[in-house]
Amino acid sequence: MKITQGTFSFLPELTDDEIKAQCQYCIDKGWALNVDYTDDPHPRNTYWEMWNQPMFDTVDPAAVLLEVNECRKVYGNMYIKVNAFDAERGRETVALSFIVNRPKDEPGFGVSREDGQGRKIRYRIHSYATDKPEGRRYE
Amino acid sequence: MTEELTNNAVNSGEAGDVAAKKPLATSFDLQAEYEGSHIQETLDQLDQELVGLEPVKARIREIAALLLVSKARRELGLETEPPTLHMSFTGNPGTGKTTVGLRMADILHKLGYVRQGHMVSVTRDDLVGQYIGHTAPKTREIIKKAMGGVLFIDEAYYLYRPENERDYGQEAIEILLQVMENNRDDLVVVLAGYADKMEIFFRSNPGFRSRIAHHLEFPDYSQLELHDIAQLMMDNQAYKFSAEAQDVLREYISLRMTQPHFANARSIRNAIDRAKLRQASRLFDDRGGKPLDRETLMTIEASDIQASRIFIM
Repeated sequence: MKITQGTFSFLPELTDDEIKAQCQYCIDKGWALNVDYTDDPHPRNTYWEMWNQPMFDTVDPAAVLLEVNECRKVYGNMYIKVNAFDAERGRETVALSFIVNRPKDEPGFGVSREDGQGRKIRYRIHSYATDKPEGRRYE
Repeated sequence: MTEELTNNAVNSGEAGDVAAKKPLATSFDLQAEYEGSHIQETLDQLDQELVGLEPVKARIREIAALLLVSKARRELGLETEPPTLHMSFTGNPGTGKTTVGLRMADILHKLGYVRQGHMVSVTRDDLVGQYIGHTAPKTREIIKKAMGGVLFIDEAYYLYRPENERDYGQEAIEILLQVMENNRDDLVVVLAGYADKMEIFFRSNPGFRSRIAHHLEFPDYSQLELHDIAQLMMDNQAYKFSAEAQDVLREYISLRMTQPHFANARSIRNAIDRAKLRQASRLFDDRGGKPLDRETLMTIEASDIQASRIFIM
């Protein structure tokens, strides 16, 4: 089940050239790029791990792709995304974030129901990947 | 394992399809392309700003011609390999290596061989770390900053220190060699330094010499050229020499050239700065007299240069 988090997630996988084009757009806008990775795909997981430092001074998208490929070499079986941070006053937030790498098999999510007090049901989204411990989720 | 995990539609396939769909030209107008790229302006600027350096200027013109013809061949579907553009600039300090490096970045950008056209100038300290594990990220950061432009490494031979086994320069060298070979269309590397030390460096690191396509020598300036440089600097700063000052300047230059630690254009710049200082002192000391006008403020007199201790020595 292909998770649809972030921009372009409903499109087919971006090629390296397309990633470069997107990064060039971000650089032209003056946004800082960085690469994140994680193996916990829950939609509310905002704590992805940073791969190296954010690239503030980089003027060329080839450098960003270098970092992405380095990350793929080490964490190729995890989710990797590229974030672009807009530091303009009044905005100061991530302006663009798209996934550039996915594990081969994405188990997806299940809904679990919990019976509470007074027959009130609490619904939870549970990601099947997290059934296994960290480091062994996408073998 | 890594091969399977890269994206499905790999670069070459996608880009190849795009390139094949664009119809190939059957002819190429070199003159039109030359005019359209505005390289002439940059070459003219180079001619005006830099006095002398004829062999360097000739080689730059040759490189410009090569890149234009290379572009023509590509448009007609003849060539796929980008030319190797890494260079080495050898010469004494103050001979214009960094300036030419900047112009080179501009020319390469105008010809479309370098995407962004900026230059990052570094020395050994920017590339080599102080402890284990420090060098690789440091070098990579610099390379990333320079991507799409020119990486200018000044005094490149200091990277190689064979006598100290705890020196991490070798690691930086390995990373640079790898990038110079694999990312040829992303980055142009220019090494600069003294001729004899660079020769020793190349002999001990043959990998560099084989990757560098153009070796440019920056000769020392002649006395006449240094005089022209001084004149050019003065014009740029809205100053001028009086007639007597010109003669004293000629004498100064011929004396200074024989002194140790002569740094060509830089020494001339320093001499001019000192002359400006003395002019200011002189004008200040005479401040009771008539008010200053443009002529007085612009002119450096013979005494301003004569006061230099080089005439006493």
